[in-house]
Amino acid sequence: MTQLPAQTQKKLGLVIDLDTCVGCHACVISCKGWNTENYGAPLSDQDAYGANPSGTFLNRVHSYSVQPLATSAKPHPAAQTIHFPKSCLHCEDAPCVTVCPTGASYKRTEDGIVLVNESDCIGCGLCAWACPYGARELDAAEGVMKKCTLCVDRIYNENLPEVDRTPACVRTCPAGARHFGDFADPESNVSRLTAERGGLDLMPEQGTKPVNKYLPPRPKDEMPEFDVLAPYLEPVAENPGGFIGWLDRALEKL
Amino acid sequence: MHPAPSVIIFTTLSGLGFGLLTFLGLGLPDVTGWTAFWFFVIGYVLAVGGLSASAFHLGHPERALKAFTQWKTSWLSREAVTSVAALLTMALYGAGLVFFDTAWQPLGWIGAALSLLTVFTTSMIYTQMKTVPRWHMVWTPAHFLTLSLAGGALLAGQAFASIFLLLLAGMTTVAMWIIGDTRFARSGTDMATATGLGRIGTVKAFEPPHTGTNYLLREFVHVVGRKHGRKLRLIAGLLAFVVPILLMLLLVTHVTAALAILSHVAGVFAARWLFFAEAEHVVGLYYGKR
Repeated sequence: MTQLPAQTQKKLGLVIDLDTCVGCHACVISCKGWNTENYGAPLSDQDAYGANPSGTFLNRVHSYSVQPLATSAKPHPAAQTIHFPKSCLHCEDAPCVTVCPTGASYKRTEDGIVLVNESDCIGCGLCAWACPYGARELDAAEGVMKKCTLCVDRIYNENLPEVDRTPACVRTCPAGARHFGDFADPESNVSRLTAERGGLDLMPEQGTKPVNKYLPPRPKDEMPEFDVLAPYLEPVAENPGGFIGWLDRALEKL
Repeated sequence: MHPAPSVIIFTTLSGLGFGLLTFLGLGLPDVTGWTAFWFFVIGYVLAVGGLSASAFHLGHPERALKAFTQWKTSWLSREAVTSVAALLTMALYGAGLVFFDTAWQPLGWIGAALSLLTVFTTSMIYTQMKTVPRWHMVWTPAHFLTLSLAGGALLAGQAFASIFLLLLAGMTTVAMWIIGDTRFARSGTDMATATGLGRIGTVKAFEPPHTGTNYLLREFVHVVGRKHGRKLRLIAGLLAFVVPILLMLLLVTHVTAALAILSHVAGVFAARWLFFAEAEHVVGLYYGKR
């Protein structure tokens, strides 16, 4: 049913650390790899090796350049490059769920994961219209809506070693920029990280109450004003004596 | 938003068709027998033709029946339910007029109300989208409803009512355009809130996630169409409202009425194309686009 649950027992989701993400796109690739072979229809590509390739992805990494405002202390602050992975935020007030005419989109009561029952999806695309984050993509080959499942087929999968029972993107991230956990538990890793680092909601004014949180980049270190190499470049002897001193004086006189 | 031909054809034709059915349900014009038959044929061809055009943009049209189930939350589902209810009620009422020369009037009133309700549910599919600030306002249903009534009056041959309703529809359309222009800025959503990086400084898109295009850009970021927005508004306004009003004021004959209808329909197509082409989805912000 497309009515949202009043409350979910768990609030599973991700914390994405924008300070740590290096923009390597490993999460994009591992997500596509796992999700094209497992839950639901594969994530198709069109014209993959041609002139105009395009395809379905559940996770994409944007890059932004942020120019801090000039201050009197810092008239020319350097712009920062920030890599920005984006996938479904598994919103508490998910607008994509309630617009679905068939009941294919739903939010699970037990853990809050937003899923699509692909055998009920008519591919009208309205849920993608309702999502402000661009988290849903209609697969061009299958004609059904695809979205992040929070790797629901990994996190409860007892056939996998325990260390692998996290979403593929979290498991693969070489920088440790992605964290998976239960936001309903205030003592969980994700709740603590969000509290310590001031985790943010994307587009809070849209009223979607996203579960996933983004940790803002930490303030940049100040570059030291002095030249670190200067001490090593000073002349070894200012007033040479001995043979070198005699040579210096003799050459001056010429 | 991508102006998909199937959705433009659907909303334009079904709006006209349900507008005509509304007037027929009210007994305007008061027709029976063969005359009533042809009026109802036009109404059903437009309404049903529009509805079936909408099936073309579905990924899986064979599962369309499932869309009748989620009327508690989904405006698209409500549209499916009310449109079928309106078509069935009006079919019964029409059968009375055509075969028995009798107007089962309460049925006609219910059918007229359901026809208008269908147009309203169509408009709410767009109005509910908080992600498209231009649509998320009261003027969207006002535009759809008045336009449907004006087109219905023209088709039903209601000369006096059509002049009044065309004026009203013209005014709601202009209001929708002018107020719509300010909605994105007033929604409060920008690149700063989209990325959460606004408190560091000015955010600019540096690199997109991929070298090619994708579903989101194809569906939601349609920049080309807005280039001639002003000119198209003028053309749409002239064709949909000014020309039909002048024709209906001058002299009402079958020829001028037919010309007024043709001009109106062409204008509504242009306006509906703009309705999608000018609408900006907030997801474009992640790509540094509108």
